[in-house]
Amino acid sequence: MNRLPSLTRRSLLTAAGAGAGLSLFRPAASRAATTGAAKARVVVVGGGFGGATAAKTIRRLDPAIEVTLVEPSREFVTCPFSNLVLGGLRDLPSITHRYDALSQKHGVKVVHAAATGVDPAARTVTVSGGLTLPYDRLILSPGIDIRWNAVPGYDEPAADVLPHAWKAGAQTALLRRQLQALEDGGLVIIAAPANPFRCPPGPYERASLIAQYLKTHKPRSKLLILDAKDAFSKQGLFTDAWTKLYPGLIEWVPASRDGKVVSVEPKEKVLVSEFGERHKGAVVNVIPPQKAGAIADAAGVTDDKGWAPVDHRTFESRKVPGIHVVGDACIPGAMPKSAFCATAQAKVAAAAVVAALNGTSLPDPQFINTCYSLIGDGYGISVAGVYRVNAQGVAEEVPNSGGVSPKDADAEFRRKEALYGEGWYRAITADTFG
Amino acid sequence: MLHDPWRPAFLALIAGLMTAGAAVAETTAPKAVSVGEGALLAGPCAACHGTDGRSPGSIPAIHGRPADAVAEFLLKYRSGELKGTVMNRIAAGFTPEQIKAIADHFGAVK
Repeated sequence: MNRLPSLTRRSLLTAAGAGAGLSLFRPAASRAATTGAAKARVVVVGGGFGGATAAKTIRRLDPAIEVTLVEPSREFVTCPFSNLVLGGLRDLPSITHRYDALSQKHGVKVVHAAATGVDPAARTVTVSGGLTLPYDRLILSPGIDIRWNAVPGYDEPAADVLPHAWKAGAQTALLRRQLQALEDGGLVIIAAPANPFRCPPGPYERASLIAQYLKTHKPRSKLLILDAKDAFSKQGLFTDAWTKLYPGLIEWVPASRDGKVVSVEPKEKVLVSEFGERHKGAVVNVIPPQKAGAIADAAGVTDDKGWAPVDHRTFESRKVPGIHVVGDACIPGAMPKSAFCATAQAKVAAAAVVAALNGTSLPDPQFINTCYSLIGDGYGISVAGVYRVNAQGVAEEVPNSGGVSPKDADAEFRRKEALYGEGWYRAITADTFG
Repeated sequence: MLHDPWRPAFLALIAGLMTAGAAVAETTAPKAVSVGEGALLAGPCAACHGTDGRSPGSIPAIHGRPADAVAEFLLKYRSGELKGTVMNRIAAGFTPEQIKAIADHFGAVK
């Protein structure tokens, strides 16, 4: 709190103070008419792809709505393209984004504090430091939290030895340093989790780009993937490419062949599988089980599995009215937990919030997902999906659409998809943070 | 509440966007904003083609093309007459009516 610049501090106090003198139960429109204040107030918690997109979209659609984005970090390091950092193809600054455009260009009030509590009855969010922010609508986009000790032995201190690198930033840098320090011939192990988890193709793109690094710099090293499941996203395309680009380097062990890791011994860098086999690695990346970010629990929007059920027409919580949940924290129906889907969901949630606060109707939404994975230099693949919402408010795939890149595509097709992956990254980060 | 120097330019930008994508009801202040079908369906396109179809990278821009041309491209991707990398898989998920709404949205972006 001490390091908040005066402008942000003033915004924070203004936003908090404005609520004190106003009745929270008066309809937004009449309050605006009588006080000349903003039409309504929206608080967005979480400054990743979902939250930043939701905040920006509301301001673009209806600048009469006051939007406050609550995010503790001043910079956001994207998980997309963090595997390129691990492979040495990018550096961390090139995947780091700031919130300046959101505040200066789009008029979003950015509060760098942690959301600590939600009172759905009073419609307020408490942030670190004890201030409360009143809202007419709340959008939660808290991403994931790690389920510490869900794999026994994998707790927070263990992540300093066996990085998860499933939230990008310091963890990415740690795993990269470990890979650089690896002796030629040393074994790298990736433990991949069961569904659902953030970024379904992510562990396998990671294996690919680490393999590219090993092939070039530590040619005697091998990479072992211990998997808690028997199938994975774009599997055929990945395994074909591994045979072509990294023959004999990557071994994938599915759950049915004892790939499921059931405990971790951080000091020894040992992963123990279901039937008791002990796998010792020189570099060990544990991608652990996950759940919605903690504020979703605090707001009461999560189910017994730790994710937030929502109506996909609006992303309003099925448990708590007035709260919308987007991105990895929500249960997305047929959609994957991807940055692309987080932004698509955030735009629909933003439109739904604007419609609700204006008393207007909203057309039926539809969603797109496209996930590019880079497997090697000039070798990209993709999976795409189009999703509509059924009568129960659940997103389902539109029949006969979507799918993965062709299995027998030529080198030019793979090269183009590597290039378009780069184009996607530039576009989505500019659309979210620009 | 806002006193930043960007605000006049921002409001001008928004005014342009709203006539393009969202219909503004003719009522007294505060104006009721509604979001049209084209604007809603076009939302995810920006993740690859850039905000309002202005691509900052290697993926072709949509911005600046007439609505008819955008619709023609999308319909040809949908039928398979035109071969893309990912666009055939995506266009197949939209009806001709939805494609027209999306094309009209991009065609109207200033």
